[in-house]
Parts: sequence; structure tokens; C-alpha cells
Amino acid sequence: MIGIIDYGAGNLHSVLKAIARLGYETKLITKAEDHDDSVTKLILPGVGNAKVAMDVLNESGLSDYLKEQVSKGTPLLGICLGMQLLLETSEEGNVECLGFLKGSVPEFKIETEKIPHMGWNQVKDAQGHFLFTDIPNNTDFYFVHSYFAQPINEKDVLGETDYGQNFASVIGNEQVMGVQFHPEKSGKFGIQLLDNFCKYSLIKE
Amino acid sequence: MLRKRIVPAIDVLNDQAVKYVQFRNPTIIGDPAELGKKYTEDGADELIYLDTTASLKNQDLKIEWIRKVAEQVYIPFSVIGGVRTVEDFKRLLRAGADKVGVNSAAVQRPELLREAAEIYGKQCVVLGLDAMPIYNDDQEIIRWEVYTHSGHEKTGMDVVEWAQQATELGAGEIICTSIHKDGMKNGYDVELIKLLSEKVNVPIIASGGAGKLEHIEEVFTEGKADAALVASMIHYGDYTIGEIKSYLHNKDINVRM
Repeated sequence: MIGIIDYGAGNLHSVLKAIARLGYETKLITKAEDHDDSVTKLILPGVGNAKVAMDVLNESGLSDYLKEQVSKGTPLLGICLGMQLLLETSEEGNVECLGFLKGSVPEFKIETEKIPHMGWNQVKDAQGHFLFTDIPNNTDFYFVHSYFAQPINEKDVLGETDYGQNFASVIGNEQVMGVQFHPEKSGKFGIQLLDNFCKYSLIKE
Repeated sequence: MLRKRIVPAIDVLNDQAVKYVQFRNPTIIGDPAELGKKYTEDGADELIYLDTTASLKNQDLKIEWIRKVAEQVYIPFSVIGGVRTVEDFKRLLRAGADKVGVNSAAVQRPELLREAAEIYGKQCVVLGLDAMPIYNDDQEIIRWEVYTHSGHEKTGMDVVEWAQQATELGAGEIICTSIHKDGMKNGYDVELIKLLSEKVNVPIIASGGAGKLEHIEEVFTEGKADAALVASMIHYGDYTIGEIKSYLHNKDINVRM
């Protein structure tokens, strides 16, 4: 069962539908009490503002729930804003985030490009992570964001994208991972990536 | 690098996808979700649905067909037509739309853009902008003016000034339709699209006038558009999206293949 964290994120239902269509059972988690042992993997979706999202996660107790689950080894996939929240801090509202990965989330400052970075752009597979299984290298995914993840450890950069500068578009490790783009809106390879998370991520003992 | 987008526009009337001939005589061409799915498989980068029921008949927006689109289409889609309030934004986004377009309502009350952007973010606020050129005595274009109500009402507003004001308020993208080019199949208003692309810092979707592959190439190269809207070119079976993209790719335009 795939637990999807429900904190009012705009793309929650498209993520939910995509996962359900792949044939996985899903459960919405709006508070820690919604959890039961059938939930083995978690997805943190997200569209919107980092400060607002963290406030909701903190007030609802979902931050503590996520921290507890991650410490137990439950695999977690963050999508878009949900990915940015995996890092330690975000410049968007100067907010402390979940801190599962070391690094921060600065704002794009590229004079030659329009902000937000919106549309289809290529993702280069940096390390052969299982999220990229059966996805050709440099496949396009759909992005919408004005801030970007900046992990401190190079090993946490799983995929890279060029938008006036190279930035980390896929980050994480075997257990906690995040994608800056919207797999649920990126056609068949986006759906493939979601399937890869559900299929290949394993509970870390 | 960011790709140039090809965006099919689908007119919707009473929950059905329709084709208009000169803005009249709608004929049903299928189900909005089925058609969207077909275009997605064919390589569309994004879809725009124009709900003509709401805007023409002044009815409330129907959302059942939007839910069906959201269930079947795995690329982003916008819904435009008849949106008047933040409550309309909420209903359409909840139904599954990724972006919501406003046109006349934003002209009547520009604050709507700010209100929607503050709650839902600029990325889902699209400004629909209908433009008509104003000529001097020598038949040279001196500026473009904003029209509303599907091109029936003249506002007297300058297109560039309105686009700048709207993006400052909260529009994250602009679909610019040149009324005098729409349906003529003799090319986009490249001059206007170029002007807007240079004057505002949000993506510009060029709309109105595409009839040939060269027109799309031109609006990307000379017009500096971020995306090109296509409608009759694909609805009538003249071209497929695959053919459009192959052509552009061969012309070294950065499209997603």
C-alpha cells in the first residue's frame, strides 16, 4: 500500500490517480493516526509555497510522522515542492524543512531565462538510480518551479537538468528520494518513474 | 534546455469536444478526454480546453468532463472560459485542471489575478489575451488593443501595458490570440508575439493563424514564443502533432520528440 501525504497539495489527486492506475493500492494520510502497517511506502506531493507547506506539516503532526517513518526505513518519494521539503532549509519563506537530505533550496536567479522554469526539460541520469529503470537517459519531464534543490553531498544528486545552469532535478538515496518535475504530468515516462518507485524501493532495515 | 511547446486547443460545448467553423456551427468531434488522450499519445506537450458553453451562454462551469480529462490525460492541461471568481479557480483546480485561464473577468477586475496567484501560485494563473492591431493613416500598425468577450468588445487598453500589469498582479503565462489572424490560416501575428515576448517575463503561448508548418517555425524563431497553440491544423487531419514536431526538429527548433 502506497501512503500519499495529504496536506492540501494541489497535485495530490493526479498523483493518487496515477498510482492507482498502475494497480497499486493507495491510502491518503492526513494525520499520523491514518497510518497502519499496510502502508509500506510514502509519497509527499506538493505544489505551492514551502513555508505554507511546512507550517501545515508541522501543525498537523505530519512532519513528526514522516521523520518517524523515515527513521524506521520506510521509502519516501517527494514530488516538486515535496522534493524540496526533503532538504534542511528553503529560501522560500526562509523555513526549516524536513532535513532528510543535507542541503538547501535557493531561488533561481538566471537573467537569461524566464522564471518559473515551466515546461518540458531533459533529465540526465547521474548515477543509474532505480528510479530511472526503463527510462532512456535525457528523457523530458514536466517542470514548474522557481526554487531548486541544492544538496551538499554530490552522491545525493541522482539526476541533473540544464536551465541556464545545471541543477539537481532528482535527489536522494536508496530510501529517501525526490524529483523536482511532475512525474504525474510527464506522460508515459513519468508514470514509469512512479512505477519504479513503487516497484523497486525497499524498506531499509 | 527548455523545450518549445506544441499545445493543441480543444473547444468544449456541453461536455463535448467541438469544432467551430468561423465561430459558428459547432460540430461534435468527440469526447474531450478521449481527444486529449489521443493528442497526448501523439506528442502534445500540454492541452488547452476552451469551455465555450460557459463563456457563450453565461452558465456556470461544468466540471464533470474536466474530471474525466484529469483521469485520462497525463500531461498538464489548462481550462479557459467563463472563469469569473477565485471560487471558479478552486473548482477547476480541484477537478484536476493544472492551470486556469481568465480573460474578460481579469479585464473587468484585475485583482482576480492577484487573488488567484496568492492562493494557488502564479504557475496556474493563465491570462487569455485577445488582441487587435490599430493602424495609422498609412495602414501601419501603431499598437495593439485588448478585446474581450470572445473578441466582441473593445476595451481601449494597450496590449503590452495590460500584459505587464497582469503579470505583475499574478499571471504566470499568457495565451495571446490575434483576433484578425484567428481562423485565417495565414500565420500567427509574429510581430505582436515578439513584442510581448520581449516585454514580459512569463511564457507566451501564440494563438491564432497557424495553417502551415512554416507558421509554427516562424513564431518560435522570429516571434520568440515559448509555445504555439494549434487547433484547426490538427483537428481537420491536415497534420498530426508528430508531423509538426518532426518538421520543427529538422529545422533545429528545440522540441520534445
